[in-house]
Amino acid sequence: MSTTPSFERSPRERFSALADDACAALAPGEDLILYLQGEDSDFVRFNRGRIRQPGHVQQEELSVRLLHGARHASIDLSLSGDPAADSAAARAAIHTLRQRLPELPDDPHLAWETRSDSVVVEDEAVALDGPAITRAVVDAAAGVDFVGIQVDGPVWAGLATSRGQRSWHQRSSWLLDWCLYHQGDKAVKRTLGGTAWDPDAFAASMADARHRLVALGRPIVKVSPGRHRAWLSASAMGELMDLLSWSAFGLRATRNRNTPLQPVLDGRQALDPRVSLAEDVAGGLSPGFSPDGFHRPDRVALVEGGQVVGQLVSARSAAEYDVPGTGAASGEAADSLAMAPGGLPGRRALAELGTGLYVSDLWYLNYSDLPGGRITGMTRFATMWVEDGEIVGPAEVMRFDETVGHLLGAGLLELEDTAHLLPSASTYERRSTSSMRLPGALVEGMRFTL
Amino acid sequence: MSLAPPETLRQRFHAALPPDVDFCSLRAVSERAEMLSVRNDVVDGVSESVDTGAMVTVVHGGGMGYAATADLSVAGLRAAAERARAWAAECARASVYDYSQAPLAHPRGEYRTPVAEPWESRSLSDKLDLLLSVCADLGGDERIVERTTSLMRVATDSVYLTSGGGEVLQRIEALAPDAMVIAHHDGVTQRRGTGYRGITRQGGLELLSAVGYAAMAPRFREEALQLLAAPDCPEGEMHLLLAPDQMMLQIHESIGHPLELDRILGDERNYAGTSFVTADMFGSYRYGSELLDVSFDPTVRDELASYGFDDDGSRAERQYLIKDGILLRPLGGAISQARAGLPGVANARACSWNRPPIDRMANLNIEPGDQSLQDLVSQVERGVFMETNASWSIDDSRNKFQFGCELGRLIVDGELRGIVRNPNYRGISATFWRNLVGVGDRSTWDVNGTPYCGKGEPNQVIRVGHASPVCLFADVSVFGGAE
Repeated sequence: MSTTPSFERSPRERFSALADDACAALAPGEDLILYLQGEDSDFVRFNRGRIRQPGHVQQEELSVRLLHGARHASIDLSLSGDPAADSAAARAAIHTLRQRLPELPDDPHLAWETRSDSVVVEDEAVALDGPAITRAVVDAAAGVDFVGIQVDGPVWAGLATSRGQRSWHQRSSWLLDWCLYHQGDKAVKRTLGGTAWDPDAFAASMADARHRLVALGRPIVKVSPGRHRAWLSASAMGELMDLLSWSAFGLRATRNRNTPLQPVLDGRQALDPRVSLAEDVAGGLSPGFSPDGFHRPDRVALVEGGQVVGQLVSARSAAEYDVPGTGAASGEAADSLAMAPGGLPGRRALAELGTGLYVSDLWYLNYSDLPGGRITGMTRFATMWVEDGEIVGPAEVMRFDETVGHLLGAGLLELEDTAHLLPSASTYERRSTSSMRLPGALVEGMRFTL
Repeated sequence: MSLAPPETLRQRFHAALPPDVDFCSLRAVSERAEMLSVRNDVVDGVSESVDTGAMVTVVHGGGMGYAATADLSVAGLRAAAERARAWAAECARASVYDYSQAPLAHPRGEYRTPVAEPWESRSLSDKLDLLLSVCADLGGDERIVERTTSLMRVATDSVYLTSGGGEVLQRIEALAPDAMVIAHHDGVTQRRGTGYRGITRQGGLELLSAVGYAAMAPRFREEALQLLAAPDCPEGEMHLLLAPDQMMLQIHESIGHPLELDRILGDERNYAGTSFVTADMFGSYRYGSELLDVSFDPTVRDELASYGFDDDGSRAERQYLIKDGILLRPLGGAISQARAGLPGVANARACSWNRPPIDRMANLNIEPGDQSLQDLVSQVERGVFMETNASWSIDDSRNKFQFGCELGRLIVDGELRGIVRNPNYRGISATFWRNLVGVGDRSTWDVNGTPYCGKGEPNQVIRVGHASPVCLFADVSVFGGAE
């Protein structure tokens, strides 16, 4: 049950050979972009400290994009791992696309990278023993209500063009995303990960979570709707920023005036001068190249000193609006968002909060009014009611409904002095390589409605 | 790469089958998806994906394990079976459930989506011309800043084989026509369209005429422009009338998810959440007013999640989950039913070959009542009629919710009045449905669906259908947008 790929050659070697073969199949005037995403992953699900669903997924998806002049189209294929069969499938896709292109109009917004230089990140392979991690979790979870998922193994992405680019990104890692439950909806949540399995870090995290579980045993506090002072942990800030990442920072949304930062851009709301946000590719975990082949700059400043200073720009938007691109994918979402820390030590959070809500986690955020910059969402897990800097007890889950301008502007009292790395635990379609680096935040008068 | 013929898969499966396991299954899936999109009169994308692979599941010695691979050769399936067997052995050491007690079926049967007008019957350029035409009809005013149209078509072939001779073949085809316009003027931005692919259904291109796709554009354009000048939705406790394209979301979040048995069993507590519903409520709990009848119905011809068998091989049948407002049974597949000791439905579903089945919604519908739209409106002294979902948020027990719509219409003294923008409402599932005071008749009933229901670890996004009449609720907290 080793997580070493069963393929005879490494993913990078196979991709390189496939790309060479596919490029050789091009007709004069044609160009090709190949984008590969793959993983060789263990997924083990736990409930009540025991195993619910364990398994393994080996998958690679290849996007084949054929270009001829200003026309282009793509076909995505799952690869089998058999080099001959996969090369034949790529050639067949090129043939199909060649028949399709004459039916398409020229694309005035077509843009792709024609440079040949490559971006390569290939971590030294780390042998991860998935079943050993599983056993460690089961042993550690004895006597507690542990629920969550273990993920381990390598993920990779590759980009090849007919102009010679051969970019590659590969990392092996493990991640445990889990909770210790007290009862009902009260739990301590943790996300822990790394490259080599770290039993000491897991043991320390479990011990800390067991300790924090004690406070969840106190009577639940029913908090009245209204405005309350709130400490948003880095994890809670992660939920807030995750929503903004999808909709606030893209050029297209900005030009359409359909961004939650619109009130700030219009001058109706202001962000606090201590708020600085950037797409920090160099400090993140995702590939340094886009599916169009563009290399992503190490850092794209989005907000500096409370002022909106930039946007994430996809290749199509760059062509449409005639501005430089930032290597963003088509959705222009941030995947390595970083926020500058402030001056409040995390250990002082309870004392500085005084009386209010210690929000460990937020959940299910969405917009009450997107262009109005108004967001709603729920508190979750170990959110506590605090009085005079002391925990009173776990708070009944509360709904908030508040503007970006208040949370990051008029209501912002202080930011934590540390920005914490928050690797994404998302596994939709495949394991995500996104991450965020965020501090906690102390907010005055946050509006809770239900 | 498409799927090999069933007889070939059967031969390979049996050649790869571990000789001495209690149970083994192969679920091979090939899904072909095509996406055509137009934005502001420019063809924005023409793409296709073909995703083919298989999951081998082994149950042995009280444990269960799976392995997913796109290598469908005998050697590839054999390697996957060995991985699955090894994980089953690991699971058996500390399983949350004794899988030797699992009711594992060996079904035989077929299901095929009825298609009147195949996707391939119209050329690529014809389909693009349609999208360009609808996109053009969305425009014509300088206040309109973005127009998008798209067609997403999905065809999924699956073969389910078991070590005991089970064999299920299914072919499901679906279409998602979409249109959306964004308008902006004087600091106000408004959006109008089909929601987030809210009219996705099974079938072929006949759906386009069934839903009047080509004629949607002028209405969306006009309503978006009216919304720019409309007042904000009023705030207060009032009657709320919901159209089927918002009822879809209301059913989904505050009936569907809370009734999922794996949530009740605790599997989802780390990610999607738990439920305010507990196992002891089934058979007696008053979920809603006596007007509320909710069915799990995989037999509706064109609804998005119709099928013959679920992904654990259970035969799919229509069942009432709630009748006359009383909670009867959860959304739980065969294994969850055995774990909980409760009846359920055939809803163990996987989004693809690379994810294991879990308890999901499928077609979850509200049965029609006996009131026309005019009947419903006429009994409202003060309220809002909301259409088309725009925003959704609910707690992890699926109780405290807040939902928003694209468009609202005031109801005053039994009559529909003007449009209001940014309509939102909030409530609590456990009490909201008890305030159901009117259910529309068949003339108000419509079939909606979404391809984007997320849940599970590892994460899965799956297609669900929701059909509903227009419904009326009393004493709801309604409000508008930014102050």
